[in-house]
Amino acid sequence: MKKANLSLLASAVLAGSMVASSAAVAFDRGEMLANTCAGCHGPGGISHGPATPSIAGNSEAYFVESMEAYKSGERPSTIMTRIAKGYSTADFEAMAAYFAKQKYISAKQSTDASMAKIGEKLHDKYCEKCHTEAGKLAEDESGFLAGQWKPYLQYNLHDFAVSQDREMPKKMAKKLDALYKKHGQEGLDQLVEFYATK
Amino acid sequence: MTNISRRNLLKASAAGAAGVAAAGVSAKALAKSNGKRVVIVGGGIGGATAAQYLKKMDSTIDVTIVEYNKDYYTCFMSNEVIGGNRDIESIHFTYEKLAAKGIKVVYDTVTDIDAKGQVVKTKGGKSLAYDRCIVSPGVDYKWEAIEGFTPEVAATTIPHAWKAGPQTKLLRKQLEEMKDGGTVVVVAPPNPFRCPPGPYERVSQIAAYLKENKPKSKIVVLDPKKKFSKFGLFMDGWKRHYGYGTDNSMITWINSENGGTVSAVDVASKTVTAAAGKFKGDVVNIIPPQKAGSIAFKAGLTNDSGWCPIDHKTFESTIHKNIHVVGDSSVAAPMPKSGYAANSQAKVCAAAVASLLNGTTMIEPSWVNTCYSVIAPGQDGISVAMVYKYEGGKIVKVKGSGGLTGAYDPELRKREVLYAHSWFENITADTFG
Ligand SMILES: Cc1cc2nc3c(=O)[nH]c(=O)nc-3n(C[C@H](O)[C@H](O)[C@H](O)COP(=O)(O)OP(=O)(O)OC[C@H]3O[C@@H](n4cnc5c(N)ncnc54)[C@H](O)[C@@H]3O)c2cc1C
Repeated sequence: MKKANLSLLASAVLAGSMVASSAAVAFDRGEMLANTCAGCHGPGGISHGPATPSIAGNSEAYFVESMEAYKSGERPSTIMTRIAKGYSTADFEAMAAYFAKQKYISAKQSTDASMAKIGEKLHDKYCEKCHTEAGKLAEDESGFLAGQWKPYLQYNLHDFAVSQDREMPKKMAKKLDALYKKHGQEGLDQLVEFYATK
Repeated sequence: MTNISRRNLLKASAAGAAGVAAAGVSAKALAKSNGKRVVIVGGGIGGATAAQYLKKMDSTIDVTIVEYNKDYYTCFMSNEVIGGNRDIESIHFTYEKLAAKGIKVVYDTVTDIDAKGQVVKTKGGKSLAYDRCIVSPGVDYKWEAIEGFTPEVAATTIPHAWKAGPQTKLLRKQLEEMKDGGTVVVVAPPNPFRCPPGPYERVSQIAAYLKENKPKSKIVVLDPKKKFSKFGLFMDGWKRHYGYGTDNSMITWINSENGGTVSAVDVASKTVTAAAGKFKGDVVNIIPPQKAGSIAFKAGLTNDSGWCPIDHKTFESTIHKNIHVVGDSSVAAPMPKSGYAANSQAKVCAAAVASLLNGTTMIEPSWVNTCYSVIAPGQDGISVAMVYKYEGGKIVKVKGSGGLTGAYDPELRKREVLYAHSWFENITADTFG
């Protein structure tokens, strides 16, 4: 009798603890921190646009590097330089782990097919080597380009190539500089249209 | 041992079989502890966010929202509707997506909360029992503060437009009908109030509309404060776009030191009485002094300040157990009364409630606030941001974080306008699904 009762109780307790731990396991400090990003970057890091980038699915290394660069001011921004100063490296790592697990979804936006076609050629020539598959591989350890909101892509290309406010890796600087010299703003716009179709 | 708490029971189960053997709990106690009912009062920014995040954190929680409007119009971006740059339908949200996620939505008015009996009562006669209640009723107005200003006057003649919807439409209509050369009088509220930069963003949006369409018109702002949120940025923006400080300024701002405090309004002549004298408007917008939503008073959740004191980690009322208050009604300073803050607080509160219902330890909380204001449509956006943490029993600003938009840079200001719109799209997706 006693034995039977105990096993019944054990299974009941187990069921209870599973419910509790399902809540606890699914929710950690990374998600607590990440929840505060959703107001601008969308639930689960998928932005509903029109300009804030989606940050789901990024590589953890890229996420942490970006946040550190915002924090130090090395990467210019309207608002992220102010927000990044609120967190430690451990916080960045916890958020990065959360966002890396979220599925990236390309933004739905209107694009210009003929511009995108030229943009694809430019991408193949100048960018593909590091941003493989139109920049949608987390393993490349750079931000997603494919399916990113157009204004965000424009801002970043502007800061890199036009105003040159932002530092880039040497190879990238060489390539982007060459692209901009030869194709100008139009080339950047075509590139943006191409990524937006992906 | 029979009244062992669920928390201890779970601890015991985590400790393994030894713990189970020690816990001589009756089946009845276990069945009772499965009740995880949360009733949310108010389906605005705080309430809708809390509902969604509770379900996401633990789908076994039974979540019910009681909200008296089937249609929610966001206050944020309603100033763009008033300025004529946005269709009101774009700020209109409903509860279907929440319902599809298994959240029960009851369209009814909460008339009382029985804190002892743990029951929410509605006008429609419902009694909704809860294990935890979350209250997010927004703000109510101190109608007695301005003589002659009543809910009826606001509904028909002198809108406050501080809750979006019909009020927004009324103010927009009046501006459209005003002749060129008319005067718009805007009465700003004293601190604390919902959306500290809101009145000044509104003035900017109205000024942009008038500059374009009725350039001989003027705006007089009567303010019971000495200064306001994003003060330097607004002053600078008003100078840049609306001639502020020149003889030809579209905007005149009269602060408390210059007699801006308003005591009465004569509705028939649309004349406002301030300490500095009488001001007649063709369009008058009075944003009255504010307090917690009326249900918070009825439920005894407020203190002398007229707002709801809470524990800063769990948002549980310090007056009534098992009731949590988030959003504008709560005293969560240094966080402002903003939509971003209400959304951020609701998530932390959901984490607290999920932990309390499951007997687990709550994760250390974190909050953010960001408020955008558009000074000139398409051109000039500004923001204020802050990261908050929990320290010494309080919500505190993380030192060195946050702050205001920097010096004028046309390229960056344009970006902030698009980021403001992005914020709107994302926070509403986050809140209403
Ligand atoms: C003009 C303006 C511009 C703004 N701009 C911004 C901005 O740019 N950024 C920003 O972050 N914030 C902004 N805000 C502030 C933001 O709108 C509020 O801070 C936010 O809505 C607060 O959320 P809440 O849940 O506390 O209240 P609300 O969103 O008002 O929700 C309260 C809900 O409770 C319901 N309710 C109340 N009592 C009962 C009852 N007894 N029974 C049933 N239902 C009830 C109401 O119908 C309502 O739906 C702005 C506000 C204004 C007025």
